[in-house]
Amino acid sequence: MERLAVRRFYIVRFSVSTLDPAVGLGHADAHDHEHHDIGFVKKYVFSTDHKMIGMQFLFTTLFMFLVGGSLALGVRFQLAWPWRAMPVVSQVSQVLGGPDFVAEGGQISPEFYTMLFTMHATVMIFLVIIPILAGAFGNFLIPLMVGADDMAFPALNMLSYWFMWPAIFCFFMVFAHNGLNGATGNGWTIYPVLSAIPEAAPGSGAPQTWWLIGLTFVGVSSMMGSVNYMTTIINMRAPGMTLFRMPLTIWAMFITAILQAFALPVLTAAGFMLLAERVLGFNFFVPGGLLVNGSEATVGGGQPLLWQHLFWFYSHPAVYIMLLPAMGMVSDMLAAMVRKPVFGYKPMVYSLAAIAGLGFIVWGHHMFTSGMNPALGMTFMISTMMIALPSAVKVFNWIGTIWGGKVQFNTVTLHCVAFVSMFIVGGLSGIFMAAVPVDIYFHDTYFIVAHFHYVLFGATLFGCFGAIQFWFPKMFGRSMNETAGKTHFILTFIGFNGTFFPMHLLGIAGFPRRYADPYIHPYMEHLMPMNQFITICAFIMGFAQFILIGNFLISIFSGPKVGRNPWLANGLEWFAPSPPGHGNFDVLPVVYRGPYEYSSPDVDDRDYLMQTDNIRRPKEDMGTADEPDTPDVQDNS
Amino acid sequence: MGNKFWPIFFMFWPVVGIISCVIAPANGWWFPTPPLSELGVQIDNLFYLILVIVTVTFVGTHIALGYALWRGVDNKEKKAWFSHGSHNLEVLWSIAPAGILLFISLYQLDVWRRFRVTSSFPPDTQLLAEVTARQFEWRIRYPKPGREFKSSMAVKQWLAGPQDGDLYTVNDLRIPVDKNVLIYLRSMDVQHSFFVPAFRIKQDAVPGTVIPIWFGATQRGDFDLTCTELCGWGHYKMRGRVFAQTEAEHEQYLKTLEAEQSFDGVTKPGTSGALVASWRVSDSEEDDD
Repeated sequence: MERLAVRRFYIVRFSVSTLDPAVGLGHADAHDHEHHDIGFVKKYVFSTDHKMIGMQFLFTTLFMFLVGGSLALGVRFQLAWPWRAMPVVSQVSQVLGGPDFVAEGGQISPEFYTMLFTMHATVMIFLVIIPILAGAFGNFLIPLMVGADDMAFPALNMLSYWFMWPAIFCFFMVFAHNGLNGATGNGWTIYPVLSAIPEAAPGSGAPQTWWLIGLTFVGVSSMMGSVNYMTTIINMRAPGMTLFRMPLTIWAMFITAILQAFALPVLTAAGFMLLAERVLGFNFFVPGGLLVNGSEATVGGGQPLLWQHLFWFYSHPAVYIMLLPAMGMVSDMLAAMVRKPVFGYKPMVYSLAAIAGLGFIVWGHHMFTSGMNPALGMTFMISTMMIALPSAVKVFNWIGTIWGGKVQFNTVTLHCVAFVSMFIVGGLSGIFMAAVPVDIYFHDTYFIVAHFHYVLFGATLFGCFGAIQFWFPKMFGRSMNETAGKTHFILTFIGFNGTFFPMHLLGIAGFPRRYADPYIHPYMEHLMPMNQFITICAFIMGFAQFILIGNFLISIFSGPKVGRNPWLANGLEWFAPSPPGHGNFDVLPVVYRGPYEYSSPDVDDRDYLMQTDNIRRPKEDMGTADEPDTPDVQDNS
Repeated sequence: MGNKFWPIFFMFWPVVGIISCVIAPANGWWFPTPPLSELGVQIDNLFYLILVIVTVTFVGTHIALGYALWRGVDNKEKKAWFSHGSHNLEVLWSIAPAGILLFISLYQLDVWRRFRVTSSFPPDTQLLAEVTARQFEWRIRYPKPGREFKSSMAVKQWLAGPQDGDLYTVNDLRIPVDKNVLIYLRSMDVQHSFFVPAFRIKQDAVPGTVIPIWFGATQRGDFDLTCTELCGWGHYKMRGRVFAQTEAEHEQYLKTLEAEQSFDGVTKPGTSGALVASWRVSDSEEDDD
């Protein structure tokens, strides 16, 4: 009944301008009765509740994270012990595996190797990082943090999750035609001509077509998400939640959604062009007169560089799509963990926006050696160098946030500090590549591999691990285990640096990417022991993820129960019950200040001041202000 | 001390990282050879300049991070420092990196111009060969020895297709040492990339496009040529070699090649047999280098 009253209050107070109050109330009543018993399918499967959709994304991406990680371990095994039969896997494949794999005795063939790194990147980028940030955390956090009861378009939101499954299906269909050895192996960048002509590679036939269709489905899913996020953030903020009172997570999600909306159509168009070229006989990317592996001579006047331009026009902004939300979440978590306001909130927002804006004019730095006009190399170098500037500002501000704080080293803090530290490395190694002449040497070597793993794993995934630990209590009303969390962190951190730091040195030694057996080249022979060291570290890191998954799954059922605000944080999500019910807030949130008023001198007895705390005009103002003063209470609703 | 574990942990790994970089050259974890071309020397110099700037930044930011964590864990104050930031600091740490980054990018432009802008190629650059990449080999075509290219039209005409007297090899590119040579890079099928680590040069071979690149070896020797753009399942084994020899050796090599390729199997068997034998001798000498 209390809940109904609140809802009525909400509707009356905030909907009267557009709705007849009576209609609004009547609707609220009907709605309230309806969702007491919505059934299993509507609640857990085809749910329109943003929290359930967010968790669906989270479970899916965590599973895919293990899939992508296993593929990476296959790559690492081949680089450390080339052509040796894989232990365990080869035995299992005798029973389960495809005939081609058995015929090779569990050995990785060169075409199998190209499939491994291609599908590792595909799974990690399109089925893990992008959906875990925007899909899982974006969905879960946006309505809670802006004080809305759900997304603007709940049905669209549900579709954005369910469009992931056709994508996953298509990505797995690449194995269906010619087995593991004939799966697509053209890299996640699928540069034509290699990806355009079926004869060019074992996986360039039907598997490549399936891959492109899968990419389109992922794109549709992302686009539906991004429209929803933009609309929700613009239109559904709680009263008092001005733009500059929004948490940086929300700013980052907002800017990311804009990036998605503007960059994605280009990739989708390029994907359709390549599909049309492959399937319908159009000609965009393949020049005439080529003889590819016994195919008939090509006819036409396509330009392979066109694909690279279109692809990177999306995929460079996509790098920021894979990073900005983590930057925002880390800013929020770090402030709560050091009990201090974020240092330079507005510069943080402006630098997010600057990264996004500049992100649209730096794609050419992936193409310095591609043979495009050298004048473009010069301009892209300058814009790329300039994008390091807002990134540097953000790093200084994170250090400024920690400076003078009261640091509590729990799992969340550890991941946040690792994020900052790893992002510094990833950012600085980027400067070598941004410099065109130096990139001539480093392009397509392991230096690049080291760089983007420092950004995408070192920064983004550490940010995500922290975020899982941090928002888990809100998702499930329980907290995750700290000891397991710290063990997972320390193994992952050591494994990560042991894996990727030496890759810088490999790159300096001229070790190229995507080589099934680099050691046939004499100048790389002596690098095999280093690769074995890297592989051992990678296995440590890989198996450490089971600690995370175990901790996550077990804590859902048996973690200690927590109240609304276990971290004593300021954001609106901590004002809602844990876990929040349908409609999120039992008490209408009204926002009085920004989200980072930690250690404010305005209150004496505690070091946080929630966005909803009305300390200047207590009690009588909205009738809700006494609630947040006791945010630790067990939620019984 | 217990609560200082994590600040030490976070400061420990950068130290390990820097130590591993310091000991890297002695262990062969560094450039495979010194830069053996003039461009390579310039590229290495730019690399070391950036390395110094980056190392200073890395050490500086990590000291700041470590110090903030170290102080933060036993902050005895009742509350943390309540600060929303500092305008002056933001201005300072925006302008200082901006200046450094702008300096780096402007300072790099010249080397890039020399490497890639055709009108800035060294005037004494000689056309050496056409290199055509295909799955999974490098096909090399030299113009008929002694042929002079007086105009760009003549070069275009030569690039249009195989011509009388052209010499062919596979995966074996010979260049005269201490000379700037020009090769025309093209691809017969998919994309490839021409990478000679010793010279620090790399250029993609793009189907449908002919791309001129120049370089000059400063030392005799046998250098690896690898492909650095994914070109199919055999990408890794697309191995070629670049032999830099003295000009006399180079001329001799081309002559031998010419005699070998124009040998019809009938005329003057004695002479050409001798030529083949002499070529084999010179080849094994190269291998001993």
